[in-house]
Amino acid sequence: MDTPSPARSRRGRFTAIALRIARKTLWMLLVLWGITLISFWVIHLAPGSPTDMETTLNPLAGEAARQRLEALYGLDRPLYVQYADWLLRLLHFDFGNSMSADARPVLDKILERLPLTVAMNAVSLALVLLIAIPIGILSACRQNSLLDRGVTVLVFLGFAMPSFWLALLLMLFFGIDLQWLPISGLTSMDYASLSPWGKFRDLASHLALPILVYTVGGLAGMSRYMRACMLEVLRQDYILTAKAKGLPSGLIIRRHALRNALLPVITLLGLSVPGLIGGSVIIESIFALPGLGQLFYTAVMARDYTMIMGNLVLGAVLTLAGNLLADIAYGLADPRIRANGERN
Amino acid sequence: MLPFSIRNMLRGLLGHNLMLSLGLGIVLIMSLAAVCAPLLAPYPPTAQHLDHILEAPSSRFWLGTDRLGRDVFSRLLYGGRVSLWVGFVAVGISISIGTMLGLISGYFRRWVDEAIMRLVDIMLCFPSFFLILAVIAFLEPDLTNIMVVIGLTSWMGVTRLVRAETLSLREREFVAAARLAGSPTRRILLRHILPNALAPVLITATLGVAGAILVESSLSFLGLGVQPPTASWGNMLMEGKTVIESAPWLSVYPGLAILVTVLGYNLLGESLRDLLDPRLRR
Repeated sequence: MDTPSPARSRRGRFTAIALRIARKTLWMLLVLWGITLISFWVIHLAPGSPTDMETTLNPLAGEAARQRLEALYGLDRPLYVQYADWLLRLLHFDFGNSMSADARPVLDKILERLPLTVAMNAVSLALVLLIAIPIGILSACRQNSLLDRGVTVLVFLGFAMPSFWLALLLMLFFGIDLQWLPISGLTSMDYASLSPWGKFRDLASHLALPILVYTVGGLAGMSRYMRACMLEVLRQDYILTAKAKGLPSGLIIRRHALRNALLPVITLLGLSVPGLIGGSVIIESIFALPGLGQLFYTAVMARDYTMIMGNLVLGAVLTLAGNLLADIAYGLADPRIRANGERN
Repeated sequence: MLPFSIRNMLRGLLGHNLMLSLGLGIVLIMSLAAVCAPLLAPYPPTAQHLDHILEAPSSRFWLGTDRLGRDVFSRLLYGGRVSLWVGFVAVGISISIGTMLGLISGYFRRWVDEAIMRLVDIMLCFPSFFLILAVIAFLEPDLTNIMVVIGLTSWMGVTRLVRAETLSLREREFVAAARLAGSPTRRILLRHILPNALAPVLITATLGVAGAILVESSLSFLGLGVQPPTASWGNMLMEGKTVIESAPWLSVYPGLAILVTVLGYNLLGESLRDLLDPRLRR
């Protein structure tokens, strides 16, 4: 094969990536549709109804009131009609109104909760990467050293540690014994009267423990994975070649090994989104934080169908977006994919 | 710098064999404790000692008592039965589904494979904890529902694994020989291919038990799992959280039990994997 000219190869690379993204997006829309189909059916066929709160649990409301409420929410129609209606509205980004007492649009309620959850996850993800990647590299380069063994022990403990228990222990230690940090809520009582710097400090002190819990949760998996990828790369022939050329080991690790070992980590990041979303339910409920997880928990308890579906769709969209971003990043980072647009 | 002999000793102690024996030991002890809970527990798990409410650990109540004056140690033992039972049944369900779909997918290939793999992709994109939470909340949170739902949302990894094994096994001579000899497909799959793909499945199952125990305790902690008065480690932690300032022991020991048990299954699974995967052995 002859070498393509730089200009042509850049255009080729661009079309290859664009094609890849287009194909991927189409497939993702299909997956999204599949997810809505399964969740809609599962949730609507399960026993209980959003009208339970106002009727069965209320001795003053009779059968007629229940029927009126069901007609109001459109729950008296056949399930496939409800689904088609819901799906059509979804195409206009209309998630419907919440079936809880406030009856506000689902999208509004989700959007006001989203920033907190995303911000907490983003900060902790950044911390995880900052800590786990060096740890993984060190363990792999000194495989079976005392350091490697120690890290392995910590990783196993991290894997086995239930996040909610860690949260309780941290609350007990930092919040109750030392009285350093508040143990619940997002802001203090006097938040409104604080200076901007004071507000920031107040928020930071409330979010320190939740972010710590998120970070510890992600650390074990990421550093273990980084170590495994690094070990795999260090076994390759081109590392041997680099060593044989007499390159300094620092350069070999940075230039030749690390850049290749980071590739699978990108994919792992994309795959970790569903876990983060699930984890937010637990962590937000322990620390009483007004995020997405807490919103979902309340919606489930009230059987707020539209709200639950909205959250499930959003969770799926975030997951798929994570996968897509990982895929694009992978394509940009890996010259083999850049060249022919296909992962081998 | 540590003296050479001590370093060697530490190395030996923290080596694979230690991992395997530690994992196996924890799993055996925890299983035994759960099975023998009625014999080992000093009190029935729901017996209330009303004059000993929220008592700190003592010689009479080894790990203290809870808000209703129940013995925490006895409840921990009985809670272990719940965790173990959920872990095993949920994993049994996910392994059965995963193995079956994986065998079919890898053996028949073509559109069957395509369809099953796409289903796997969809399930992997599910925010599954959300779905588990919703379904459990709707279906009355009881033990059977929890096990079934955890099982139904965690088979995808097994399917991929078994499919990959089947894809390579189906090209081997002994499978061709069985086909030539006229064995029915079902027999080829179950007698010739499955036994050869079993080792990695067992490892996944061991790690799956750990995962299922964690999910069950998270659900119970949120109040959507095993319902009081039945003891489970998760709901003990939930009850303890309300009195975390005055009775911290209620928030410490059940979590420790989860940690140790999950650690045991993880150690066992990982060390088995290392033993079976010659590439990782050094």
